[in-house]
Amino acid sequence: MNPLFTLPDFQTLAQTVQSPTSRDVEQALAARTPDIHDLAALISPAAESFLPEMARRSARITAQRFGRTTQLYAPIYLSNFCTNRCAYCGFAANNRIARRVLSFDEAEAEAEILHSRGFQHILLVSGEAENVVGVEYLETIALRLRDKFAAVSIEVQPLSTTDYARLFAAGITAVAVYQETYDPELYQQVHLSGKKTDYHYRLETPARAAAAGMREVGIGALLGLHDWRAEGLAIGLHLAWLRKNFWSTAFTVSFPRLRPAAGAFEPLVPVSEKNLSQLIFALRIFDPDVGLYLSTREEARYRDGMLGLGPTRYSAGSCTAPGGYSNPEMTDGQQFSVGDERTVEEVTQAIIAKGFDPVSKDWDSAFQAGK
Amino acid sequence: MLTDPLVIAGHTFHSRLFLGTGKFSSSAVMKEAIAASATEMVTVALRRVDLDNPEDDIMSALDRDRCLFLPNTSGARTAEEAIRLAHLARAASGSSWLKLEVTPDPRTLLPDPIETLKATEILVRDGFIVLPYMNADPILALRLQDAGAAAVMPLGAPIGTNQGILTVFQIEIIINQARVPVVVDAGIGAPSHAALAMELGADAVLVNTAISVAGDPVAMARAFAQAVEAGRTAFTAGMGCRSKQAHASSPVKGTLAADLGFLA
Repeated sequence: MNPLFTLPDFQTLAQTVQSPTSRDVEQALAARTPDIHDLAALISPAAESFLPEMARRSARITAQRFGRTTQLYAPIYLSNFCTNRCAYCGFAANNRIARRVLSFDEAEAEAEILHSRGFQHILLVSGEAENVVGVEYLETIALRLRDKFAAVSIEVQPLSTTDYARLFAAGITAVAVYQETYDPELYQQVHLSGKKTDYHYRLETPARAAAAGMREVGIGALLGLHDWRAEGLAIGLHLAWLRKNFWSTAFTVSFPRLRPAAGAFEPLVPVSEKNLSQLIFALRIFDPDVGLYLSTREEARYRDGMLGLGPTRYSAGSCTAPGGYSNPEMTDGQQFSVGDERTVEEVTQAIIAKGFDPVSKDWDSAFQAGK
Repeated sequence: MLTDPLVIAGHTFHSRLFLGTGKFSSSAVMKEAIAASATEMVTVALRRVDLDNPEDDIMSALDRDRCLFLPNTSGARTAEEAIRLAHLARAASGSSWLKLEVTPDPRTLLPDPIETLKATEILVRDGFIVLPYMNADPILALRLQDAGAAAVMPLGAPIGTNQGILTVFQIEIIINQARVPVVVDAGIGAPSHAALAMELGADAVLVNTAISVAGDPVAMARAFAQAVEAGRTAFTAGMGCRSKQAHASSPVKGTLAADLGFLA
């Protein structure tokens, strides 16, 4: 039986992140080991005028912990079938888009292309349709890809601990599951139907993945749905709880920001680059060891600017439609349109130009059992 | 009285100072020192007492209504010895609480991590409330916690040395990571050491030699009680940070800033 994560009332969180003063922010910036109150101060409105100082501290911590490196990865979209209706998502069951699931050979062909571009870390993504992309499907793909890549992660529907253990044995190293919003009320409003309507099952997913032995578990919220400050505090609480309960698991946080998608869902609460940066710096200062993702949802200018300031993992040359690497002309059926259209070579050059080492391999499939 | 009581294995303690009972000049002095310290947990070496004898000096000096009696396995060199002692103690005292000490080296009395973990696993399975004495090793603390230890008791310095918290860096990591209470045990030689442990966020400290061999053990017990309370209050009040450089108390912004001109 896994321990259970419980979140304080979301409205309380929303109030908590409004109350800190400049003095609280100064204290948080000076704290040797910042705690959850310091995190609240750092994501509060009072911290907005401290953004350059936060960036500086975040950059220093990042350099000390991760060095002047940026890890590169690329997603492979396996399927855009989905049984959920999420108001914000291009894959939602009621959206009229071209649906497609890759055959095993097609998935391997996509992987081959990424491999030839130098990627060693890949992320398998799919819509949530267990009858299309179930655990057997993922297991087969994992077994076929494990020898080619150093690390294979998944971002698919929430699974049981048993299924995560099975995929871990097949070579999957990491799991990402985003809560989208930590507010149970809004969660019900934007998740209209499907299994995803179960807020608590999703909230408990990172713990199930960790309990199954996954090396790394990723959490996050979809920015643009709600008060990003309250979501940030919830992420911090979730992260701290996961660390206490699964001390041998590594954790990561992603910051997906809503981009234009089929279904024309406009962000409910706009989140600016400044806001996003504040959240990233705050989490880095709060947790020096956490891996932070900045995907191609964001524009090249922003991603280049953020290099070394907090994020440690960048995707590059991403395509968000199933089969998109093999058929580059095919853009219908993508989850969202990317903001950074550069090729992996261009991203690599930009990273080097800023004085950082683009790292394509930071794991080895030999760590994984079952070889 | 502290407003934030400590809870270990469902038992509430109002004092965060635990006492050892060794090295006192007499049971009478020990009794007075215990009273002056206001402690609610005292540990007793099983090898020093005769639990079957109601007249036993040490045992009869303890007020078990006020203080939880925590037998310890001091002297055990292996898990097997410690487990045997633990069962004897429970049979005689009726209490399942146990301070687990496995110290194969009679000179340093440093705890054996492997035997301690092994004994913890078995004793927890046997229903004991186990508080293992351990070196200040953060991974070992987590392993003991996962094995079911009710608290962990990392050392500040080798027992009886009065050297203070030499393992401060490790202790901080343990405090940061542990789900169970952290009781800093061994090496605490002065009230200031106890205060430091509490300021770091330790849940309690265990003191013995520094009190029992003090010129006036009773006064020293009181001093430790005050230090523990002061350290705890400072911790809950939120400590300011330490720095090698001077900082103006009204800091000037911008001197340590990064360029964010790229933001849209």
